[in-house]
Amino acid sequence: MSEMKLFVSDGNPHCLKVLAVAELTGVKCDICHASDDERLVPFLSHPVRPVLLLPCGQHLFKANPICLYFLEVSGRDVCDLTSQWLEWEAAELQPALMQALYQCVLLGKMTEAANTLEGHLTYMEQRLSKGATPFLAAEEATVVDIVLWAALYPLLSNSSFLPDKLQCVARWFEQVNALPVCQTVAQRVQQQKSLESLKRFLQKQPLPPARCRNAPLCNRAEEEDAEREMTDEEIQAAGATWSRGLADRPTPAERRHPILPQEGKRNVLITSALPYVNNVPHLGNIIGCVLSADVFARYGRLRGWNALFVCGTDEYGTATENKAREEGLSPQEICDKYHAVHASIYKWFQIDFDHFGRTTTEKQTEIAQDIFWRLYDRGFLIPDTVDQLHCENCQRFLADRFVEGICPNCRYPEARGDQCDKCGRLINAVELKDPQCKVCKRTPVVRSSAHLFLDLPKLESQLEQWLEQSMSTGNWTSNARHITRSWLRDGLKPRCITRDLRWGTPVPHPDFSGKVFYVWFDAPIGYLSITASYTDEWEKWWKNPEKVELYNFMAKDNVPFHSVVFPCSLLGAQDNYTLVSNLIATEYLNYEDTKFSKSRGVGVFGDMAKDTDIPSDVWRFYLLYLRPEGQDSAFSWADMALKNNSELLNNLGNFINRAGMFASKFFEGRVPQMELQQEDKRLLAQVGFELRQYIQLLDRVRIRDALKCILNISRHGNQYIQVNEPWKKIKGGDEDRLRAGTVTGVSVNVACLLSAMLRPYMPAVSATIREQLCAPANCADAMFQGAGSFVCTLPAGHRIGTISPLFQKLEAEQIESLKRRFGGQQIQSAAPAAATVPASPSATIETSANPERAKQLLQEVAEQGDRVRALKAQKAEKTLITAEVAKLLQLKKQLAAAEGKNPEPSPQKGKKK
Amino acid sequence: MQKTLSESKRCSPITVKSLPVRSNHGPAALQSPSNRAEQRSCPQWRRANMALMELASLEKSLGFKKANKYSTQGNNKTPILQSNKGAPLIGLVTIASHLVQEAAQPELLGRTAEQRAVVRQWLEYRVTQLDGCPKEDIRSILKELNQYLEDKVYLAGSDFTLADILLYYGVHHIMADLSVQEKEQHMNLSRWFDHIQHYPGIRQHLPLVVVLRNRLYTGGHH
Repeated sequence: MSEMKLFVSDGNPHCLKVLAVAELTGVKCDICHASDDERLVPFLSHPVRPVLLLPCGQHLFKANPICLYFLEVSGRDVCDLTSQWLEWEAAELQPALMQALYQCVLLGKMTEAANTLEGHLTYMEQRLSKGATPFLAAEEATVVDIVLWAALYPLLSNSSFLPDKLQCVARWFEQVNALPVCQTVAQRVQQQKSLESLKRFLQKQPLPPARCRNAPLCNRAEEEDAEREMTDEEIQAAGATWSRGLADRPTPAERRHPILPQEGKRNVLITSALPYVNNVPHLGNIIGCVLSADVFARYGRLRGWNALFVCGTDEYGTATENKAREEGLSPQEICDKYHAVHASIYKWFQIDFDHFGRTTTEKQTEIAQDIFWRLYDRGFLIPDTVDQLHCENCQRFLADRFVEGICPNCRYPEARGDQCDKCGRLINAVELKDPQCKVCKRTPVVRSSAHLFLDLPKLESQLEQWLEQSMSTGNWTSNARHITRSWLRDGLKPRCITRDLRWGTPVPHPDFSGKVFYVWFDAPIGYLSITASYTDEWEKWWKNPEKVELYNFMAKDNVPFHSVVFPCSLLGAQDNYTLVSNLIATEYLNYEDTKFSKSRGVGVFGDMAKDTDIPSDVWRFYLLYLRPEGQDSAFSWADMALKNNSELLNNLGNFINRAGMFASKFFEGRVPQMELQQEDKRLLAQVGFELRQYIQLLDRVRIRDALKCILNISRHGNQYIQVNEPWKKIKGGDEDRLRAGTVTGVSVNVACLLSAMLRPYMPAVSATIREQLCAPANCADAMFQGAGSFVCTLPAGHRIGTISPLFQKLEAEQIESLKRRFGGQQIQSAAPAAATVPASPSATIETSANPERAKQLLQEVAEQGDRVRALKAQKAEKTLITAEVAKLLQLKKQLAAAEGKNPEPSPQKGKKK
Repeated sequence: MQKTLSESKRCSPITVKSLPVRSNHGPAALQSPSNRAEQRSCPQWRRANMALMELASLEKSLGFKKANKYSTQGNNKTPILQSNKGAPLIGLVTIASHLVQEAAQPELLGRTAEQRAVVRQWLEYRVTQLDGCPKEDIRSILKELNQYLEDKVYLAGSDFTLADILLYYGVHHIMADLSVQEKEQHMNLSRWFDHIQHYPGIRQHLPLVVVLRNRLYTGGHH
């Protein structure tokens, strides 16, 4: 046997397989590390590893047959089940796995990788959970477990990779991983810098073939759900649940402020990331934090939890100072102005905060300074001098957003002084290449200044301990886990918490007078101070970790501050603070395949949504429908119209309207007598199943997925009406009329359930349906108890109100005109003229006259004129004025075109050519 | 060699259609008449259909009196054999190996551990490399097989095995599309293929592919 030679290379998961199985079976062979590029098998066109050279001179070049060969040589037989698992591994798992490794290791997209593998891992989960044995093929670990362990090792050895629901896979992997053979081999591989060599290995592989890229396997699960057949027991149980009815459930109590934690209740504290005051939020901001948090808060109230939802504007910092200078106002005036803008936008979007506050308050100073002193007294703050960029011309230190330059990491040319928008890494301003003062565009010089640092390395072990516990018990989205882990893996460094600015919470230490807190130390404290402005008993929420569950909602760029930096401040302060137990982060929402951009005027911003004449509820629906859960998504006008017309109008609205109309037209506005048959009970079972799914999903804050359950119910409902044709049966004999009545009665009750399920998503529509059906106030409460049960809430004889349509069609012309309007240019910003180029004249000037556009442009020209005059009056920077004037000329040109005149050839355009 | 197969077919001096035998057996002969036309265009369906037909043919070759019933699962339409004793078997290779055992012809899986490993390797090659292989990779697969078979009668050396049967089924649609010139370029592969299709009881449902024994293209490289 010693004549056998096994050729392996680093980083190749297939080599891990054969090494582990050689170890397991005790087969001896010479192990040779051969360079990847060497062709060992003469007839193959590409070099492969592992290769086993048999004594007879034959080459084996496939890992699984090599493993089985070792097994046979050691005197064991290969059974059908073993063969079956290995065939599955090679033919089904490997193509997806290569794709996932590529996404995760080379592209750094762990969530996408997890999605790619979801179907396969779910298959394993099912086999493990249904099987009688703890391992895949037997009572003890066999070659099957080793092969799959090795294949999945690069991904699953990261414990945050597996979604929580795959518990059996997680347990199985842990057990196999703990086997001595696996430990030995994994260690050997680890020593060879596994990640680097895995990367090299992957780079050499051909790109995953298109068929796995385009056919996501996770669809399989969805299809199965949609076609799920109900068993007889399920159908009978659904019938029994239904007939329980409302019984005498008490009407839920009204919300009474201030809401405080209550004994014996689930106390849920919900925050959404504080929006920065100087910006009008765009749709991406809205779905990322406030809207998602609102849905969850509303859902929580519906479930009878004791929920408090707070948010507010983040007002301190350099950006506010910048904006104030631009608009010629004081920072406080800017904050007042924009706080009102924010509040009105959220009001229009029906964000139901218990309190929407702000950070520029006395409470903020009080609490921030208290946390500061506690950290200081406990030795968690260290002083140091910092080299900072100083603009000699403007006479000040250029912190954060006052400076721009080239990112030292990814060479993005417009990196800010604190963070690069491209690669997302945090930057120390002096590291920027070619820095420029944002105000005067001159090159700043480096000067030193004394600052205080939060000693994160000292808090690291405490933090890790807490994170371990919080992540294992709470709901953390996988991007939040991943980002946090990667921060910890890179090692924590002390972080500066002070800044040389005026607009901020003052540092109370006399040695640092004249400085303020760095916004990221200060802003999350806003959650506490805003709650303190709401109630004096704020500490009952914030210093009560045993009784309060804290949910933070945010976009993913905010994760490290909520999972690492802020928890460290609170842990170091040692005051029994409530730390986050559920961190819900979204990916990014793009606009029509590009980014929302304020400076380029691309995208829909919060204050414009109401000018579109599309109801707030429809906006909410569409944003939630494409909530970037797990991966980025894109807003598209055409898609919005499609979803409105197909899902809301033709599916949901159509069903609810028909159900109500039948009751009012055929049964004098009363719910008719119902006699349930098998077919009706089957519908009840389907609806009940979707309701339970909805609750399970929302309990885990899968907001987008839960919305699909609502649409599934109305789809089932439409089918049910279509098949039973109550409008025909009503004209028939007694039996047919009874049938028409039953179908109508069941449908009206499904509509009532839908109104309850819609409440977190579309509050106004939900209220309208309740009103039209005259639904009792306690009906939602009854159906949302426990795992959820669909009961008859509108019994025979119940009188309903006037039924009218809920949704309107979005016409193609309307959408086209909105698309034109929001394509670009609608926002007048202080961006330099160069940034407006993408929305070039040729793109925006229409060839034919367009009166609607002309009217709007006329308005814009007037506004832009005012802006230019104001800037000139303020003696603003020359570059700024030039930029605004250029924009004015542009608008005038567009106006001329929209009015059907020939745009005069502009001198600027001539120069460009 | 960037030309795809169909392109080179068009350029070849003798078109395939001019050969009498080939024109009688279109690929349509592969499909059972009960299947709808639009299904035929779907690659998964074709693959599934192929696998199921293969298994049926294999059963006949092995001398089974009664045909088993199969179903498929998943996106790849992997075949499943529901047996009355115990759990269902999933996967073409697993089912085929099981049938061979049942027919008491274990030598078809290889006589020694080494030979069994080689057989398994080519069976895996069949389902991972050959099935669903993108057009642009077909050429390199033909080249590999051709080179491997240079000094061999069968895939596992001098013994006929299951690897020959399933690889024959797997490359049949490729071989059927090759021009005479291309078949000559892959002489070893063509020889092996012709040998297998004439092996008693193997061809079953598949049409005969004509392989000329005398060379037309002298000086052609292979």
